[in-house]
Amino acid sequence: MAWFSSRKATKETFSEDIWMKCPKCEKHIFKEDWQNSHKVCPKCNFHGKLTAWERIGITLDQNSFVELNSSISPADPLNFHDSKGSYKDKTSEAIKKTGLKESVVTGTGTINGLSVVVAVMDFRFLGGSLSSGCGEKILRASNYSYDKNLPLIIFSASGGARMHEGILSLMQMAKTCAGIARLNEKNIPYLSVLTDPTTGGVSASFATVGDINIAEPGALIAFAGRRVIEETIKQKLPDDFQTSEYLLEHGFIDTIIHRSEMKTKLHQILSFYGR
Amino acid sequence: MTSTKELEKKLAALMKSPDLFEKEIRDLKSEIAISRGGEKSLTAWETIQVARHKDRPTFKDYVTGMFTDFIELHGDRRFSDDLAICGGFAHLGGESVMVIGHDKGKTIEEKGDRRFGCALPDGYRKAMRLMRLAERFGIPIITLIDTQGAYPGLEGEERGQAEAIARNLVEMAQISVPIICTVVGEGGSGGALGIGVGDKVMMLSNSVYSVISAEGCAGILWRDGSKAPVAAEALKPTAESLLKLKVVDRVIQEPSGGAHSDYAGTFEALREAVLSELRPLKKIAPAKLTKKRFEKFSAMGIYNE
Repeated sequence: MAWFSSRKATKETFSEDIWMKCPKCEKHIFKEDWQNSHKVCPKCNFHGKLTAWERIGITLDQNSFVELNSSISPADPLNFHDSKGSYKDKTSEAIKKTGLKESVVTGTGTINGLSVVVAVMDFRFLGGSLSSGCGEKILRASNYSYDKNLPLIIFSASGGARMHEGILSLMQMAKTCAGIARLNEKNIPYLSVLTDPTTGGVSASFATVGDINIAEPGALIAFAGRRVIEETIKQKLPDDFQTSEYLLEHGFIDTIIHRSEMKTKLHQILSFYGR
Repeated sequence: MTSTKELEKKLAALMKSPDLFEKEIRDLKSEIAISRGGEKSLTAWETIQVARHKDRPTFKDYVTGMFTDFIELHGDRRFSDDLAICGGFAHLGGESVMVIGHDKGKTIEEKGDRRFGCALPDGYRKAMRLMRLAERFGIPIITLIDTQGAYPGLEGEERGQAEAIARNLVEMAQISVPIICTVVGEGGSGGALGIGVGDKVMMLSNSVYSVISAEGCAGILWRDGSKAPVAAEALKPTAESLLKLKVVDRVIQEPSGGAHSDYAGTFEALREAVLSELRPLKKIAPAKLTKKRFEKFSAMGIYNE
C-alpha cells in the first residue's frame, strides 16, 4: 500500500484512532509514528515513558530474555492507611492495572549477542517506587551478575522511595548500593540508564552510581522536587533545571543517548569490556 | 523553655472549666508529655517533637561532653567545608575513633551557617573523605545522625546531592573498619542514611528515623500538611518500631525526662552502648566485617514471595 493512501487525513479518518497529540509539544502526530519510534515524538524528540516490557522488547535480543524472581510482590509491613485507603488496596490495584507484581522487572538476556543482567523499572507501578520487593529484586539481579560475572544494566524510572513501607523503603537504598559495591570490587560492569523520571531515593542510590551513567534525552533527574526547592530558596528555577542535559552539563551523566540508538550504543560500550 | 511544673499549673487552671478549653487541654497535655520526654509513652508525633527539641544535645555537645581530644577536620577537598556535617578524630573511653555527625547548631548564627543540619553534597563528600582517612589507619568510625534531611536547594542539585548520598551508600558498604551509627535526634530520609550505613545501627529512645518527614508525607498522601500527626503514626518512625522492623540493632534508653533534660546521663548511656558494640567489632577481620555488613543490609525489607 502506498504511503499516502494509508495516511490520508480525510475528514472521516481524522480521528483519535490515527492521530494523537504529543504530550510535550502538543503537535498532532500519527499514532503509528509514535508507536514505531517507541514513543518518541517525531516533531520535538520528546521521549515518552515505556513500560518495563516495552523496554525489554527494544533492548534485548528477541526471545533471549529470561525473567528472574518474578514472584516477588509487595507485603504491607506497616499496615499502612492514608486518607484514600490502604496500601494493600493500592498494591492490588497496581498489580491488576499493570500485570506486574512489583515496580521492577529483572532477568537475563543478550544485547546483540552479549549476555547481560537487566533490571527495568516501570513507572506505572505506583510511580516506579522503590519498595522492599523492588529493592530485593534489584539486589538479587546484582547478586546474579556477581555470581555469573555478567554486566548489570539498570533502567531507572521512579518517583523515589515508596513511603507506604516507611523506613524499610529507605533501607532499600543502602541495600541496593551494597549490591553495587560488590560489583565494583569484582570489576563487573554496571551501566545505569536514567529515564524519565528518576528522582528521590532512586536518584540518591543505585541510579547515579553506574560505572557509566546514561540518560535518555529530556528526562527529569532530581534529588529534591522542584516545588520544594523553590519554596526553600524562594527563587524561580531555570527551565532546564534537573533534566538529563542539565546533569550532563554539571558532570553527573556520561552521555545522553536517543532511544533509537540505545541498544546499539549499549552493545558498543559493553564490547569495550571484552567479556 | 517553660518548665514541666509551670505547664502543669496552667493545665490545672484550665481543668476547672474543661468544656471551654478542650483543645488547649489536649495541647498542654501533649506539651507536658514532650517536656517529660519519654517518661510516659508518647505518640509518634510527640516523639518527633522530643527528637526536635530545641534543647536536645547537638553534635558539638556530644564531642565535648562524651568524647575527648576532638580534632575537627574541615572540608571536602572538592568545593567547600559544609558545617552541617562535622567530623574529626577523638577519643572515646580510651579508643581512637573518627566521629562524624550532622550539626544543627545551637545559636541562631550557628543554625544559619549549618542550615539547621541539612547538608549539601559537600558535607557528604567531607564525611566520606574522613571515613576513608580513618580506614587507612584502622580507626573505627562513629556517626551521629541528626538531620531533617539533605538540603533541598539549587546548589545541592547542581553539585549532585543525589550522587553524593548514593556514593556514600556504596562506599560505606566497602569500608573495612567498624562503623557504628546512632540516630541521636532526627533521622530524616536519604540525608540521614548518607552517613547511616554501619555494622551496628542504634537509636536513642526519643529519636526518630523515617523515609519522609511526617509533614511531607501528610502533604502528599493526605494533601494536607496539618495531618502530620496522623501521618507520623502511619510511618512508624520511633525507635521501638524500627527495632521491631530489624532496621536498628539497639535502642539506647535516654534518662527520664529525655536527652534535653540530662546531657550527662545521655552521654553516659551512649558511650556505654558504643563501646560495648565497638569492642567485639574490632576483633572481626576486615573482609569478614564488610561481608557481614552486606548481609545485614541485604536482609532488610519485608515482601511476599
